[in-house]
Amino acid sequence: MARISRRKFMQVTGVSAAAATGGLAGILATGRAPAYAQATTVHWIRWNDFVPASDQLLRKELLPEAEKALGMKITFETVNGNDLQPRITSSIQSGAGPDLFMLFNNHPHLYKASAVDLSDVADAIGKAGGGYYPVSSGNCSADGKWISMPFCIVGAMNAYRKSWFAEAGFNAFPETWDQYREAGKKLKAKGRPLGQSLGHSFGDPPTFTYPLMWSYGASEVDKSGKDVVNSKEMIESVKFMTAFWKDAFDEGGLAWDDSNNNRAFLSGTVSSTLNGASIYIESLRKPDQYKTEKDTPLKDDIAHAPLPKGPVGQFGMHTFQSHLMPTYSKNQKAAKDFLKWLHTPANYDKWFASQKGFATGPTTDTEKNKVWDEDKIMEPYRVAGKLGQVPGYPAPTGPKAAEALSKYIITDIYAKAVQGTPAEDAVKWGEGELKKIYT
Amino acid sequence: MAVEAVSTTLGSAPPPRRQRLLEDERWLAFALLVPTVVLLGMFIAYPFIRGIMLSVTNSRVGVEGEFVGLANYYKVWNDSIFRTAVYNTFFYTAVTSVFKLALGLWLAMLLNRNFRGKAFTRAFILLPFIIPTVLSTFAWKWMFDPTFSVINWTLYQLGAITGRINWLGDPDLAMASIIVVNIWRGVPFFAISLLAGLQTISPELNEAAAIDGAKPWHRFWYITWPLLLPVTMVVLLFSVIQTFADFQIVYVMTGGGPANATHLFATYAYQIGVGTGLLSEGAAISLAMFPILFLVVIVQLLYIRRVEVR
Repeated sequence: MARISRRKFMQVTGVSAAAATGGLAGILATGRAPAYAQATTVHWIRWNDFVPASDQLLRKELLPEAEKALGMKITFETVNGNDLQPRITSSIQSGAGPDLFMLFNNHPHLYKASAVDLSDVADAIGKAGGGYYPVSSGNCSADGKWISMPFCIVGAMNAYRKSWFAEAGFNAFPETWDQYREAGKKLKAKGRPLGQSLGHSFGDPPTFTYPLMWSYGASEVDKSGKDVVNSKEMIESVKFMTAFWKDAFDEGGLAWDDSNNNRAFLSGTVSSTLNGASIYIESLRKPDQYKTEKDTPLKDDIAHAPLPKGPVGQFGMHTFQSHLMPTYSKNQKAAKDFLKWLHTPANYDKWFASQKGFATGPTTDTEKNKVWDEDKIMEPYRVAGKLGQVPGYPAPTGPKAAEALSKYIITDIYAKAVQGTPAEDAVKWGEGELKKIYT
Repeated sequence: MAVEAVSTTLGSAPPPRRQRLLEDERWLAFALLVPTVVLLGMFIAYPFIRGIMLSVTNSRVGVEGEFVGLANYYKVWNDSIFRTAVYNTFFYTAVTSVFKLALGLWLAMLLNRNFRGKAFTRAFILLPFIIPTVLSTFAWKWMFDPTFSVINWTLYQLGAITGRINWLGDPDLAMASIIVVNIWRGVPFFAISLLAGLQTISPELNEAAAIDGAKPWHRFWYITWPLLLPVTMVVLLFSVIQTFADFQIVYVMTGGGPANATHLFATYAYQIGVGTGLLSEGAAISLAMFPILFLVVIVQLLYIRRVEVR
């Protein structure tokens, strides 16, 4: 057996360590990993779509077509929607990560310092699509530039059980909040409460609480951007919600995310919930699995309606999706080419059709898409882009409104109150939190 | 052969300076320590110093920021959610540590006995500790689900409840739920570590005491416990540090909700720093944990030293 002396061992390991350290030192000095010959790769990150067929379409059909047409490789990654913000923060800070980030609502404003100007792509696509809705420019443009490329709008409408509402004496969906409360009270008494998330999740909680606040004439800021949340209108809306919650809602909603209400509705636990049509689309996909108590397909008992009117009107906020390109991206041209390819009508329409109305486009021409003529139950979603407001309304949105949204301050005001905090105190707490942002 | 090799080496010219340095015990010790120092520097010292530097600026994601002194700490101190997180962290750590110690010790005493299937049981007990925390916490989340909770279903079937218990939607119940999961996950660590400690105690001591008429409780209190105390303190120290900085269980189960009622230091720092991109405020929240943890560690280490000297 060969013997190794201590000196020999130290020589061998010393040389190896020096080689390894030298290599590492090289990488640290240049700030980049060794370059290998490879085709351009665009890394695209999106949420796990609530319409899984759309992700399948992208993976199996559209992206291979794009790779062929553009001569590039596209890495498509999907994550939970609530994990997109942490991912973009860590990517921007480390200067490495996906080339295209899907973001919700006005979140692009939080990252505008690190966003590539996409005006050259966005302007052309908007013009070709008949012009953008105001929500598109509100969520995605700042300082005269497009900081994120508008992609789609997930309409937020109430999915409700027609037969149950009819049994409660409502042959059509209630038009006002008071009527909705009255219906909900009767339904809850029969073990069929309304369902609504008041948790920290990107979609359902803010798309319910912001329109409720606006419909009472309250807002987080006025037109000039001054914090005005602590108003009698806001307190009134919080008092209404507190009573409404006890009377009509499934109280588990405080711990729900954006998927809980889907499961609750599909299992027949709740009678109505604010939703982006994914409940109805799922019931269409599996008509034999989702049935009513009369053993008829659940899909035939679902209808959609916007949130009711409040004392000053009817409001909506619809979950907006856009794609931001961080400035660290080494593949900016390729990523822009991919965005242009994706938004070409021949390609975008395939994705749009797979959504079956769950999402509508960011430009006005999508209202004319034939998808809307295929199923009348989806009709209310057609005009979601036209009717929605952007967080921060009535002031123009921006990083401050995006921060308030990210911290769920408006949602938490209502959530605190339904947990027992007096309405005045809950609003005062919210005022304190908003002041930290707006002053 | 070895003798030949040595004599050959002795007979040749003196080795080069580099080789002689490596044969010097002091230089060798230094060389062996370097990788550890580099790793500690890269993964502990650098992030810590970077965190301190971030916390005294107004840096946000993608924006370097300017020096603002202690403004972030002042802001955090006046933040009601932060104060809730501080209270929650202490409460969570204290309650879980007490239960983990009591249940872990009890389990260790049981496992220290001889019975059939002892090896299998010991391995089985470790399961909660072995399964990745995120996976097991997701399973718990389903068990506490507001609508489909299997716990509610069982209680309902047994006739113990008539309506649903809102496990994760009620602030107190949500806190109780995350405490239960932490205890469930942490007990095996205590049990196995204390079992290792128990096995170092000579059975003769207990036997002698039993012959002298000592009752089981007395044997535990006057023999087992004092001898187990140094191990217990070390296990407790590790557990307190880990629990104080816990993240995964709360993040998965409640996300800090409902309405921020179950935030701990780590989850709130994550929400502000990484979720919202307010890096400097997130760093300030994280670092606020440091002096408290440092004090806890110092007190416990001093106590361990005292116990060992005794």
